Amino acid sequence: MFLGQKQSALATAVGISAAYLNLIEHNRRRAGSKLLQDLAQELKTDPRSLTEGAEAALLGALREAGQRMPEIAPELHRSEDLAGRFPGWSALVAAQHQRIRDLEQLVEALSDRLTHDPELAASLHEVISAVTAIRSTVGILTGGGEIDPEWQLRFMGNMRDEGRRLSSAAQGLVEYLEPGADRDMAPVVPGEELAAFLDQRDHHIAELEGLDDATPEQVAARIDALTAQVGGLETSAAKDVVRHHFQQYLDDAVAMPLAAFQAARAETLGDPSRLADLFDQPLPAVMRRLAFVPAWDDHQDVGLVSCDGSGTLSIRKSLPGFSLPRFGAACSYWPLYQSLSRPGHPLRTVVEMPGPTPRRFLCQSVCLPRDALRFDLPPVHEAFMLIEPLDDTRTGGSDGPVLPVGSSCRVCPREGCAARREASLLSADAR
Amino acid sequence: MTKQVLVIEDEPNIVAAISFILSRDGWTVGTHTNGETAVQAVLDAKPDALILDVMLPGRSGYDILQDLRAHDVTRRLPVLMLTARGQRTDREQAERLGVNRFMTKPFSNAEVVETLNELLPG
Repeated sequence: MFLGQKQSALATAVGISAAYLNLIEHNRRRAGSKLLQDLAQELKTDPRSLTEGAEAALLGALREAGQRMPEIAPELHRSEDLAGRFPGWSALVAAQHQRIRDLEQLVEALSDRLTHDPELAASLHEVISAVTAIRSTVGILTGGGEIDPEWQLRFMGNMRDEGRRLSSAAQGLVEYLEPGADRDMAPVVPGEELAAFLDQRDHHIAELEGLDDATPEQVAARIDALTAQVGGLETSAAKDVVRHHFQQYLDDAVAMPLAAFQAARAETLGDPSRLADLFDQPLPAVMRRLAFVPAWDDHQDVGLVSCDGSGTLSIRKSLPGFSLPRFGAACSYWPLYQSLSRPGHPLRTVVEMPGPTPRRFLCQSVCLPRDALRFDLPPVHEAFMLIEPLDDTRTGGSDGPVLPVGSSCRVCPREGCAARREASLLSADAR
Repeated sequence: MTKQVLVIEDEPNIVAAISFILSRDGWTVGTHTNGETAVQAVLDAKPDALILDVMLPGRSGYDILQDLRAHDVTRRLPVLMLTARGQRTDREQAERLGVNRFMTKPFSNAEVVETLNELLPG
């Protein structure tokens, strides 16, 4: 809340969305000077007071940039001097540091994609098979030795067929890779269309809030309209996945209405178990609500992941510094997976992600049966893990040891990890 | 008596090329293209050596190899595995399952012949 004014009201007054204002508030978007002035006018305060947070963020970014390359030994203790005397250069260093981090995440996602993308794997397999057949056949035709004319003809025909196949496979690969930056990170499987849609909105769906009194027809129409906004849903199965997500969001929103939830969130400091008690809701529903509604006041945004018993991630809301694998399996040490083996037993663990500046997060996880229990089938369990960033001043209420984790083996630099499944692209061994 | 090799590979033109070069080298070559029925095909054909592709319709070469190593008659059958994936983890998986040689595509004809002759000298 800004000086007693509701976030949504303030956003409306200055002509931006509440979600965008939330991003600005947490220094994830930069406000231009005109917007700053409008905000200050609306809040009846000095614009400079609004940039204090930005200055703190700048200093933090400068220090992180310095820690990235300790071998250069930058004067970290003089970051404040630097920012004060050369604000432009400081902003440039911070922006470049952020750019490097973004590019690292892009490389991580692309390498993940190269390893696990089924479409790319199938295309490459096609190319390699054609090349193998051609190489082997050319070897026969040019390697000397008698070849029966009938075999010669057959091999020439094979060469022609494989040449065409290679040409077509190569063209497919080029089309796949060529469309440029926009396509680079475009979704490649139906579930990802939904993830991309949700990422754009920071997982908050304002259209599904406040529908407590809506008729079933109105609800269905709203969900259909939202589903139509998610691009690239070609199969009915993909549409069902999307509708299920929206329906679940709606159920949570009705059970925990936004205003009441935000108030309770502030009162309980975002404690999932107290919120579950207050609203008489299961922990997974509360975790979804905590992750999907905009962060409140000074609370930082939280991330969420969920998986079923196979370990397949379904909900993926990432956080800066806690990246999630786009394909394939995540780190075995995530408390999410430990919860799978302890159904009904909530776990609270502090984890540390590797990186130039290792970051700590409070992970609260729980695993429960997804559906009603039956006698004729084993239960299908689903685990959820709420991820909250920690800083030096917050321990997250956990006195236990800090658990070193990663994103996925492929991009994790930790050496000697007992849970490693495959070599890291970042290790010397892989190079 | 000529040595017999069974080639389990679903790419017809690769099968044709391998069959030709091995026949010319004195091998009797049998072929099979289906992963699901591959184990039975090996048990029926009783080859002296096996060339096994990893990506097959129905079943992967790894699963087939695992089954073959569980059968008394094929426990020690020399197996040359072919794959388009040459990552270390793929090789390690094949070695864990008891492969004798592992070759990534595209390969040269000479490599295949030499490797097979190493596996089954004489």
